[in-house]
Amino acid sequence: MIIVKELHKYFKDLHVLRGIDLVVEKGVVLSIVGASGSGKSTLLYCINALESIDSGSITVDGEDVHAKGTDINLLRRKLGMVFQQWNSFPHLTALENVALSPRIVRKLSRAEARDVAARRLEHVGLGDKLNSFPNALSGGQQQRLAIARALAMEPSYMLFDEATSALDPELVGEVLDTMRLLAEEGMTMICVTHEMGFARDVSDRVAYVHDGTIEEIGPPEQIFGEPNSEKTRRFLSKVR
Amino acid sequence: MDYNFHWRPVFRDLPELIEAGLVTLQVAVLSMLIGIVVGIVLAIMRMKGTAPARWVAVAWIELARNTPALFQLFFFGFGLGAFGLHLSPFFIVLSGLTFNNAGYLAENFRGGFQAIPETQMRAARCLGMTATQAYVRIIIPQVFRIVYHPMTNQMVWAVLMSSLGMLVGFRELSGETQFFASRTFRIFEYFAVTAVIYYVIVKLILGFSRVLAMRLFRY
Repeated sequence: MIIVKELHKYFKDLHVLRGIDLVVEKGVVLSIVGASGSGKSTLLYCINALESIDSGSITVDGEDVHAKGTDINLLRRKLGMVFQQWNSFPHLTALENVALSPRIVRKLSRAEARDVAARRLEHVGLGDKLNSFPNALSGGQQQRLAIARALAMEPSYMLFDEATSALDPELVGEVLDTMRLLAEEGMTMICVTHEMGFARDVSDRVAYVHDGTIEEIGPPEQIFGEPNSEKTRRFLSKVR
Repeated sequence: MDYNFHWRPVFRDLPELIEAGLVTLQVAVLSMLIGIVVGIVLAIMRMKGTAPARWVAVAWIELARNTPALFQLFFFGFGLGAFGLHLSPFFIVLSGLTFNNAGYLAENFRGGFQAIPETQMRAARCLGMTATQAYVRIIIPQVFRIVYHPMTNQMVWAVLMSSLGMLVGFRELSGETQFFASRTFRIFEYFAVTAVIYYVIVKLILGFSRVLAMRLFRY
């Protein structure tokens, strides 16, 4: 379970997150929607300590992410992360991209790591691309590679930071399908997204972030059907 | 002109000259290997170090790049000698070349590091890698590809620069040539042959580096 309490974050004078409270239980798919610059990606980065926080707290399975004694490398194994820019490692084949961390971080043997990697790549539909280098893969394939790479660490949670925003329109579907597959398998997911269709159909809960606060959170039927907040209504009428 | 070329003594001494060529190659390769490691460290110190670390790195790089290589060699020879620290000619040349290589390579590496997007580090850290693991496995291999050709140039430069070693009494290729030439006064002949040996060494290095690049860079 991920618990965010009274989280505040500044970039210099800019107050980006203004008191976020959020609970993500196991097995839940949460979509975070909102305008660009509202702080939703920053929230994600705070959860796996890519960004520091100024006040409040974040705990993952009871462990305080930003406490001094926390082994952040150990904690990050639980938190798979997929970026907008897929960040494949260009000097490694697809298989090596996925197998590297299991081998050097989880300390699997070379053969075990390759097995894990091959399985994960098949899982996301890249079974025939094991020995391809990233520059020979499309954006959608590279994004699925990034998902397989995160999954190979056997995370308890997956964080998606606008995983489809940088893709050509015709490649968005394959990545969303992969994310949908994960959701159906019961993965706990936090998806910062502009894909309202995905948020409505796949999520258990949707949070609308406005100006660094969670304006409204609830099941997709509520957010998309009859939102309580006037701001939510206005945002959704603009993006749809 | 009544100068008669006499090549026979040169050919007689050719095995010794070639052996001296291997000494040249040896000191150049060693200074390069150490220079690469130190260069990476200097580049990281300059980019990410604390103020004193940055200051040391900048001073090293500035001196190595903006003073004559000969003076750098003299520093490790006569300079340290004045303080009672006497290095052997081999170590004078090795230290001088390494100092110079590290300074130049540091700037190459710095450019290479800056060409790798910050997001590569983020992605690696998100997979649970430590900063060191991310540098060794993800960042540096990509940097090597970027700096590979400048590095080859520096290697060639190290071979040629090592000829300054004769001025601190090191019997590498040039020192050995000078020794033989002054014994027979066939100065032109000896240095002409030695020039050919340098040329061959450099060409071998370039060929080797090309083959190595094909094996190393698969993408």
